[in-house]
This record gives sequence, structure tokens and C-alpha cells, in this order.
Amino acid sequence: MKQRLVVVGNGMAGVACVEQILKHDHNFDITIFGDETYVNYNRIMLSSVLAGEKEFDDIVLNDIDWYKTNGIGTKLGRRITDIDAVARTVTDSTGEVTPYEKLLLATGSNPLIPRMEGTDKSGVFVFRTLEDTRQLIQLSGEDVHAVVIGGGLLGLEAARGLQVRGCKVSVVHLADTLMERQLDAAGGTYLRRKMEAMGVDVLCGKSTTAILGNGHVEGLRFQDGSELAANLVVIAAGIRPNVELGRKAGLAVNRGIVVNDYMETSDPNVFAVGECTEHNGQLFGLVAPLFEQGKVLAATITGRRGPEFKGSAPAAKLKIMGVEVFSAGQFDESMPGMEAIRYEDPAQGVYKKVVLRDGVLEGVILVGDTSTSHRYVEWMKSRENLSAKRQSLLLPPPSEDKGLDIAQMADHETVCGCTGVIKADIIHAIHQQGVCTLAQLKERTRASTGCGSCTQLCTSLLRAVAPEFQEEKPKVLCDCVPFAQDKLREIIRTQKLKSVQEVLDIYGNGKGCEVCKPAISYLVDVVTCGGHEEDRSARFINDRVHANIQNDGTFSVVPRMRGGVTTPSELRRIADVAEKYNVPMVKVTGSQRIDLLGVKKEDLPKVWEELGMPSGQAYSKGVRMVKTCVGTQFCRFGTQDSITTGIELERRLENLYTPHKTKMAVVGCPRNCAEATVKDIGLVGQDGSWQVVVGGAAGKGVRKADLLITVETTEAALEAAELFFQYYRENANYLERTYDFVERHGIEKVRRETVYATDDMRAKLLDRLKKSKDRSSDAWLERRNPRTTQFVQIEPIATMEARL
Amino acid sequence: MTHDNSNWIAITNASNIPAREGRSVSVGHTEIAIFNLGERFAALENKCPHRGGPLADGIVGGTTVTCPLHNWRVCVDTGDVTKPAGHSACVRSYAVKVNEGIVYLNVAEVVEEEAAA
Ligand code: SRM
Ligand SMILES: Cc1cc2nc3c(=O)[nH]c(=O)nc-3n(C[C@H](O)[C@H](O)[C@H](O)COP(=O)(O)OP(=O)(O)OC[C@H]3O[C@@H](n4cnc5c(N)ncnc54)[C@H](O)[C@@H]3O)c2cc1C
Ligand code: SF4
Ligand code: FES
Repeated sequence: MKQRLVVVGNGMAGVACVEQILKHDHNFDITIFGDETYVNYNRIMLSSVLAGEKEFDDIVLNDIDWYKTNGIGTKLGRRITDIDAVARTVTDSTGEVTPYEKLLLATGSNPLIPRMEGTDKSGVFVFRTLEDTRQLIQLSGEDVHAVVIGGGLLGLEAARGLQVRGCKVSVVHLADTLMERQLDAAGGTYLRRKMEAMGVDVLCGKSTTAILGNGHVEGLRFQDGSELAANLVVIAAGIRPNVELGRKAGLAVNRGIVVNDYMETSDPNVFAVGECTEHNGQLFGLVAPLFEQGKVLAATITGRRGPEFKGSAPAAKLKIMGVEVFSAGQFDESMPGMEAIRYEDPAQGVYKKVVLRDGVLEGVILVGDTSTSHRYVEWMKSRENLSAKRQSLLLPPPSEDKGLDIAQMADHETVCGCTGVIKADIIHAIHQQGVCTLAQLKERTRASTGCGSCTQLCTSLLRAVAPEFQEEKPKVLCDCVPFAQDKLREIIRTQKLKSVQEVLDIYGNGKGCEVCKPAISYLVDVVTCGGHEEDRSARFINDRVHANIQNDGTFSVVPRMRGGVTTPSELRRIADVAEKYNVPMVKVTGSQRIDLLGVKKEDLPKVWEELGMPSGQAYSKGVRMVKTCVGTQFCRFGTQDSITTGIELERRLENLYTPHKTKMAVVGCPRNCAEATVKDIGLVGQDGSWQVVVGGAAGKGVRKADLLITVETTEAALEAAELFFQYYRENANYLERTYDFVERHGIEKVRRETVYATDDMRAKLLDRLKKSKDRSSDAWLERRNPRTTQFVQIEPIATMEARL
Repeated sequence: MTHDNSNWIAITNASNIPAREGRSVSVGHTEIAIFNLGERFAALENKCPHRGGPLADGIVGGTTVTCPLHNWRVCVDTGDVTKPAGHSACVRSYAVKVNEGIVYLNVAEVVEEEAAA
């Protein structure tokens, strides 16, 4: 007969412990209750979600399949409200009573709300759950002045996240320097400078007494009488173990639920792990020791009582891109027997300090450069006498060769501080389990699934040891800026870069080339929704003069002829222009419009003016055309008005840049006379509905487009096209046509993230599209206000004749 | 070589050539591409050694320009082709200077050629 194990809390510590239990031979029927509605996710990474560096999908630790395949009963969105320790039952928020033989409490902690007036006003938040994060993301924006109460790890990460999302942010901190629990005063000052340089205001030594406002927050008042305006407040002043259920179960509880070295509580059938526990008078706020607890408890609860929890002092790392802070151990050198060694480089913002006692490393602080942190962690653990190494303790390691560094690591050295995975575990996984990618390593060992700071190290190990190591190195854009395009997009977004040159200067070689410059031009354009600083020197000649360069240096001119529909007067103007400017060839193109080939650069502005038609963008990686067929207006088979719909689609999307050219077609029935099923986006009319198809091709290769969705109304079809269009713009690599993009992601994923995405996600896609569209305009209007000498042949001031 | 003062001719205001872009100018019968490299200027004959593409319309990256037609890369200082590798082809380069906001070209070689023609 199986024993029923009920777990309360579907968070990091509880689920990690269950993972450990599953590794043992066990006899449990496991049910997990969680009051959050999500599967177990990496809470640590909420900071990265807030800062826009990660999406929710990226931080899931155990997806729903994991619960299913391991036969775990999963009750999400249910809070356990009561425990009857005598009857051995728990009651949940629906009133349902569930019996247990063993109970595991993993209820985490709650944000600490300091005593002050007005914390109940609307606009006051904490930062603990995914739901909190979502709300903060939703509310943040340009006109928000956010104040974060608390200048610790969590507060600073919240502050930076809100700031990246456009808020004006101030951090209010009680102590005189930031992160005083992890940094000394000097380190705190270095950190403060970095935060301020990023544009976050920092106020230290401020005690908040009241949150002001009439219903909604309007500001803060401090003990010294001063006030600060704010319309959003985040309280990040610490955490308090969530012990309510422990009390109800009659367990011994101090500040946390008291556990012994085997993770047993005062009730033999009840156990606890995570931030809700107290061990030897100590509370917890970082995951590393909690995972350790999980391992110990898994042994205890499966009848292998023996391993003891020691409660190691964990290391802390600030997760703000561009602000490197690491701290571990005891850093106060004023304590007897402690001596400090420092390294400072104010210009670079680097501050390092190690504290030794009798030659043994007791603590370390690194600000500005944390690349060597694992060395110190190891020395603290090994308690090696470092007297002989004093000279070089703070200097960068002699060799930049990561391979050497790895080879020198001992087998028992920790690689992943969060999960406690050591080098030997990884070597074992590689040799015994055939692990050869980072993804496999994460799945098998759980290394690198916490704060992510060991990813580099894990990859180096794989590279050095795994015979068939497959670099998951995404292709870098170019040697000039050696990042994958996804990463660059993220950098541009989070670091708020607006120009090609900024990207090249900060993340590249400052120069760039014909490969990366147009790509970065596109990226800054799409990420900022057209709010970038346009740099024509980074664009290909076609996009400087809005025409397609030909083999003799002349240009071709293709005016926009929406839906392939023209008028007699338009045709007359085209004819007149062609004659007046001696255009060598006038040609009907394969895209249902007319091409004037062989126009001189200096004639372009006049040609455009006299045509009086908008640019057809036939030269750019942008919206080309929407071909249409006759449709219901005239055709005897037409079931939908393809002409009107095609023209409308073209109007909505024209003038925008795309990763590669985007070609579309709308047809009135499945006879498909305008070839919609081999276009990037196609609308295929049917009796009473539209099929929206994407990712088609009939160029270098032929690919039938995939069905995105079938909808009833024309407006819904246009919206589906817009959703896909913007999604492609935001997620494809530069020079990736839709046929490759859809193939790479799979139509299922594309559907999930466009037409079947949440209301919120769809609204945001459309919103960003609108923003870009509002900022765009017909490129040929530049004829009236051309950029410096763009179309003119320069005439020398002095002539050659004078010399001859 | 006749690189004396008499061969410098005034071309245009420096502000007429935007940073990291090129513009072409006809001097006698020769078309010359002048590049603004940010901190200084450089000049090449405006004719790609591959198939005569207009180098002034290329993308400038550091001290090379990439021809807009088939992406050959040419060093703006020496005129050497740097991509594809292994080509001995070379574009003629000209000395440029900026004086009181005016770009001057040293056209000694153009003078010689045209005089010979
Ligand atoms: C003018 C036109 C041919 C014509 O006279 O009909 C044309 C001309 C060129 N096409 Fe095209 N394509 C033209 C319709 C097409 C079509 C038909 C269509 O749009 O329905 C296709 C197949 C559909 C497609 O796009 O896949 C087409 C597939 C290509 C491709 C192959 C794309 C692919 O990924 O498979 C290239 C090369 C590329 O983009 O890398 C290309 C590239 C070119 C370029 C731009 C080559 C270049 O980079 O300079 C040609 C410019 C010639 C010049 O000197 O101006 N052209 N090209 C057509 C202009 C249409 C317009 O009004 O804008
Ligand atoms: C933004 C942020 C950044 C962080 N960064 C780091 C970092 O860089 N490094 C690090 O080591 N740590 C970091 N932490 C801390 C780390 O996330 C926690 O230490 C860890 O999540 C604690 O795990 P836990 O399982 O004890 O609690 P939790 O992960 O909070 O899980 C407890 C779960 O139990 C649920 N629950 C509570 N009561 C009940 C009930 N009665 N019924 C049902 N369910 C209940 C809760 O809703 C919650 O889902 C960070 C935390 C946050 C919020
Ligand atoms: S098929 Fe297209 S790219 Fe090829 S020669 Fe014709 S127009 Fe040029
Ligand atoms: S003409 Fe310059 S690369 Fe071909």
C-alpha cells in the first residue's frame, strides 16, 4: 500500500525536494498543492522577466508533462487553509479535505511589509510572484514614477526592471549604503554609482513613515519630514517565513518552522523545507541551502535517514545586466583576527575585497567584475591556507584560457552554487549518461537552472570533456558584434540603445561592416518601434536613396500600386515620366506593378514628384506588395472581395521594414489566381470565411504556406495577418524570410504566440505594430527634404581646368 | 611625384559628406569617391575593380568600403582589395586634406593622366 505524501507549496524548494525523492526508491503517492496557478517556475528569474530579458516560458522549471509522467497529483490555484495533525488531513480553499500519511510544508515566505501608514493604497506592490511581476509589467511605462522601498538585492533588481520598462525610478533605502547585508560601505558606494549611472535615483538613510495619497498612491513621507512623489510603490524590504500552517499543525515554530539536521519538525509525520524553515536559529533567503535541504529530506523521508543538513552560507549575486556584484561569507574585517585585502579601480568601477583569517578565506566582495567568483567560493569551502597566494588573490587569473581554468578545478569543486552540482557530477553526466548539450546537462543535473551565473562554466566543461559536445552557440551576427541576433535584440531592448553606432561602440568593434550594419539598423528600428536614430551610413544604398541599384549604378523605380490596381491617370503620369527622363525600360513586374529601370540617382527626387505615387519599397527589406485577384467585384467564382481587402492590407503594412522582404497576396477563392499560398502572407477567400496562410515561397525554393487560422470576418483575417506580420518582425533574424522563420519555429508555436496568444499578448503585438506604423512614412516624401547631398553629384569648387 | 601644393584643389564643404558615408565628384574625366571616416577623409577612384561598381555608394566599416554591387571590400587608404582575399587588383587612391572646413583633393595623378591624354 502506497503512502500518501502531501506537499504544500508548489515552489522552488518543495518541487526540488520532490525531484530528489523521485530519484530514490520510494513508495509515495504524491500530491502537490500550490496556491499560485502556475507550474513550478524559477522565481529567481522573475527579475529577468521584469527587465524584459526573459519571457515566462523561459523560466518554467517543471512543465505540466513532468507532473504527469511522474504521476504527481497536481492541485494548482488551491491554498491549504487548515491542517489537522491528529486526523492527518489538510483542508484546501475549496473546502476539500485530503488525508496524508506524510506532510511536507514548503510554503516559502511572504514579503515583509514594514510598519507604516498607507500600505493598503492602490498602486502599492510587492515583488514575489509571477502575478506580481505581470502586474508591474502592465503598469510600468513612461509616465510612471516608481519608488522601490528597499535597496537590497530584490529592491535593486526590481528598480532596474521598472526602469528598463520606462519608469522613472527611485530606490529608498533605510541603511546608509546599498546592500549592506552583502557589501561593505565602499562596495555599496561603488554599486550606488553604477545604479545612478544607469539612471536610477538612490536615496539612502531614509526611513519611510507613510505612503501618501487619496486611495491611489501619490507619494511617500519620510521620518525626516521630507516627501517624494510617486504613483507606483514596490516594497522590497525583506521576507518573513510563511509559518501559519506550521502553527495550525501545532509544530514548534520560532521565526520559522523549526527543523533539525534531518529536516524533521516536531511532528514525526510532518517535514518542512525552504524559506519557511528555521535551522539552528538561521533563516533562509537564497535557494542554494534550500536545495541542500531537499536532498537531505529526500533521504530522511524515504527511510535513508543519515545525511545531515549543515546550512552552508550561500553566496549572493546581483542579477542586473551591466552591474556585476557578488558577495559571500563574512566581510567585516573589524572582527578580531580578520584582515582585508582590497583592489580598487574607480575609473572602471571595479572594487574587490577578500577577508582572511589565519590565511583562510572568510569572505569576498566583488563589484564590477565577478568573473572569478567561483575561485573564492571554492577557497571558502576548501579552507585552503592562502598565505602563499596573497599577492595574486585579487589579480585576474594569469591565463585567460578557460580550458586551463577548468582543468585546474578539482572534482569536488562546486560548479552551480544554486543547485550544489559539483564538477564530478557533470563529468559523470557526460561520461555515463552521454550528455553533450547544455540543455541535456540542465535536465540531467539541474546545473545552471538557478540564477544562471554558472552557464559559462558549464559550457566550458562540456566543451572540454564531452567528446560530442554540440555548441548551442547560436550563430553570431558578425565578427564585428559577436552576438546572436536574439541576444542583440535583447541587449538593444534592455539597454535601450537607439543607434547602430551605439551598439557597435559598446558591444562591438566600433566599426561594423556591410553585414552587421544593415542588420543592426533593422534591429534598432524594430525594437524601438521606429523610435531609433536613423543612421543612413549603416543602410545599404537602396535604403539611402529608396531605389534599387542596377549593374551600371543607375536605379529602378517601382511606385506602389496597391493590390495591383491602377488608374488611367496614373498610367498617363508613368508614361510621361518615362518619356521625360528617357527611362530605358518600362516593365510590368512579377508583382503586379510597373518598373522604371535605369533612372539616374540625381533624377530620383524629380521622378518621384512627377509620378505623385508612393514608394513601392521594391528595393528594401520591407513590405513589398499585396497581389490581388479580381474577386467578388467581377469574377463569377469570387467568394470574397479580394481587391478591397488586399488594398486595405497593403495600406496597413506599407512603409515598414521587415527582416527580409515581405510579399503578400489576397485571393477571392481557392483557385488562387494571385498565388496567395506561396506568399509570405496570404489570404484565401472561401464562402463565408478566410484562410490566413503564412510562410509560403515560390522563389529560390517552393514552399506551400501553412494555415495560420481560418476566420469568418475580413477584419479578423486582416488582424491575423497583422499579428503574424509583427511577430515575424520582432522574432526573425535579419535576412530570414518567413518560409525559413515559420519552418524554424513550427507553425504550432507561431499560432500559439500570435492568433492564439493571450488577449494581452495580442494587444501588445498590435500596439507595437501601430506604434511603428504611426512613426513610418512614405520614403519618397524625402524628395522634399533630402538628406545632405544624398541625390546630388558634388561639383568641385575649383575646376581642373585651372590646373591644366 | 608632383605632390606639391599646386595639385591640391578645393572640392566641397566637409559638411557635404556625412560621417561614414561617401560622395562622388568628377574631376576632369575621373570620378572620385570621397569618404568621411569620422575623424578624417579618404578618397578612391569611384570604380570598383570588380565590375566598376560605384564605391561611393558602398557601406563604410572602419577603413574599408564595401561595393554595393557584389560586396567586394576595398581599403579606403591604399585601394587594396581586402575581400575576396588574394586579389592583386587595386583602386587608385588620392590624398585628401581638410582646411578650414573645405575638403581638398590632391589631383597630381589626374593632372598627369589628362595632360598625357
Ligand atoms: C523587378 C522584378 C522582376 C520583374 O521584372 O518582374 C525583380 C527583380 C529583382 N529581384 Fe525578384 N523581382 C521581382 C519579383 C520577384 C518575384 C515574384 C513576386 O514577387 O511575386 C519573386 C518570387 C517570390 C519571392 O520573393 O520569393 C522574386 C524572387 C527574388 C529572389 C529570390 C527570393 C527567395 O528567397 O527565394 C531574389 C534574391 C533575394 O531576395 O535574395 C530576388 C531579387 C531581385 C533583385 C532585387 C536582385 C537584386 O538584388 O538586385 C532584382 C532587381 C533587378 C533590378 O535590376 O532592378 N527576387 N522576385 C520583380 C519586382 C517585383 C516588384 O514589383 O516589386
Ligand atoms: C525576484 C526574486 C529574485 C530572487 N533572486 C534570487 C537569487 O538570485 N538567488 C537566490 O538564491 N534566490 C533568489 N531569490 C529567492 C528564491 O526565489 C527563494 O529563496 C526560493 O524561491 C524559495 O523557495 P521556497 O520553495 O521556499 O518558496 P517559494 O518558491 O516562494 O515557494 C512557496 C510556494 O508555496 C506557495 N504557498 C504558500 N502557502 C501555501 C498554502 N497555504 N497553500 C498552497 N500553497 C502555498 C506559495 O504561493 C509559493 O508558490 C529571489 C526571489 C525573488 C522573489
Ligand atoms: S530572375 Fe530576378 S535576380 Fe535573376 S536576373 Fe531576373 S530579375 Fe535579376
Ligand atoms: S562591381 Fe564592385 S563588387 Fe562587383
